[in-house]
Amino acid sequence: MKLIYLVISFIVLAITSLFIGVQNISPLDLFQLTEEQIHVLLVSRVPRLLSIILAGVGMSICGLIMQQLTRNKFVSPTTAGTEDSARFGILVSMMLFSGAGQFVRVLVAFFFALLGSFIFMKLLDKIKYKDAIFIPLVGMMFGSIVGSITTFFAYKEDLIQNMSSWLQGNFSMMIQGRYELLYISIPLIVIAYLYANKFTIAGMGEEFAVNLGLNHKQIMNIGLMIVALITAIVVLTVGMIPFLGLIIPNIVTMYRGDHLQKSLSHTALLGAVFVLACDILGRVVIYPYEVPIGLTVGVIGSGIFLYMIMRRKAYE
Amino acid sequence: MVDVKHVSKGYNKKNVITDVSVKIAKGKITSFIGPNGAGKSTLLSMISRLIAKDEGEIYIDGMDLTRCKNNDLAKKISILKQSNHINVRLTVKELVSFGRFPYSQGRLTKEDRRLVNEAIRYMELEDIQHKYLDQLSGGQKQRAYIAMVIAQDTEYVLLDEPLNNLDMKHSVQIMKTLRRLADELGKTVVIVIHDINFASCYSDYIVAMKDGKVIKEGTTDEIITPTVLNEVYDIDFKIEEINREKICVFYS
Repeated sequence: MKLIYLVISFIVLAITSLFIGVQNISPLDLFQLTEEQIHVLLVSRVPRLLSIILAGVGMSICGLIMQQLTRNKFVSPTTAGTEDSARFGILVSMMLFSGAGQFVRVLVAFFFALLGSFIFMKLLDKIKYKDAIFIPLVGMMFGSIVGSITTFFAYKEDLIQNMSSWLQGNFSMMIQGRYELLYISIPLIVIAYLYANKFTIAGMGEEFAVNLGLNHKQIMNIGLMIVALITAIVVLTVGMIPFLGLIIPNIVTMYRGDHLQKSLSHTALLGAVFVLACDILGRVVIYPYEVPIGLTVGVIGSGIFLYMIMRRKAYE
Repeated sequence: MVDVKHVSKGYNKKNVITDVSVKIAKGKITSFIGPNGAGKSTLLSMISRLIAKDEGEIYIDGMDLTRCKNNDLAKKISILKQSNHINVRLTVKELVSFGRFPYSQGRLTKEDRRLVNEAIRYMELEDIQHKYLDQLSGGQKQRAYIAMVIAQDTEYVLLDEPLNNLDMKHSVQIMKTLRRLADELGKTVVIVIHDINFASCYSDYIVAMKDGKVIKEGTTDEIITPTVLNEVYDIDFKIEEINREKICVFYS
């Protein structure tokens, strides 16, 4: 797949996304917009588009980094418990600092997501039986445990309705003033680009990395921090988008290989394209109502995930 | 020269290496031989700073290993372990390019590219340089990794069982290449090797180890003798000279 096809589909989908919705705005109106239409575009459509792009790009890159660092194609924020840990962090921030702003919530969610990722990495170290499928299973169990702790406390504190809104990603709430937090992921993505080579080398094992003069532990930590922060931000603003960080990097590495410098741009673009397509689908399928993104990505994503596992079996 | 002085290493209070001192000569091939669990790989890993030693000192060209910067060491000494061989979808050329990482941090200069191409040519990998590693045979893969080490252009090249899983033809090919590295490029090659006859035919010096200690070190002629080998391996050795090479017969 050429980058140019991705760019074209990205642009087409991005424009489409702007002109779908209850309030009728057609591209033809673009030069004679009514005040109301301008308002809708600026307050709702553009923020939604931007948040879709940032979340799609961010989560896909998170998945790619995690897969590289753990050397396992089935590890992602969804299957390593990172998203669940971030959600737990959000709950904790709601319980302890109920009046606090978004920024404090991000910090707490980030801290928990990071802690969760470190625990997962520690679990990986301890596991002797390193089967490719076994590791994400452990991660999902770990995620479920964290998730049930979250649910328990949410019930106790009567926050269950709030928490379930973070369980399922949803872009319909993305209006001006609610999505800006996602901008924090831009510098993180830039850092990911700068470290692309180092992540690739770290992914070849500690001995390999040390041989080339790299501080393996430091690179791992930087990678996990990027993943935890982006995940925390996305979960906090949009909600959980399952399988996104899993399937996109897998599709890209199939045809681009494991060299991050070669696969990062493709991963970023394909992630945005995929989420845009899923979002548009979710908006038109029961128009004028919409299906939350967590559901469409989950259904389509798990389908692709199953297909990949089957295909993998056929190879072995 | 690598100078290992009274080095010890233990795991769970059990010593794997006890008070080992070895000197490794420059520009030569030195082989570590010995039975399983003798501590050969551990010693090699300590010399290449992959694992830390508990006691003793290791000097490389007079510099204390523990005081060197990681990136500087990566230009001085390279190590290839079997565990490095994981299935990752990189092309041969991408892998070899990583050998230049200590110099360029990923942004290859013209000089880096030249050295990468040279290493690929040296290992005769031109035809398959754009293939992915997971499409290659064991011998091709091993050659690709050695090409990376050549591109890394270190004075010291350490290899842990480089002939593992290779057939005779490829084993000979790899050993000849290592010989050329020492003779033509003046590299110091240190290998851990199990096949005693490969060690006998291709190395200059041999360090014989057993139970975490050095039994004897010396030139190949001094080590490849029935007395030394019997002591190291606890089996009877006969040594025959064929084409002026000492060949060990131990199939009783």
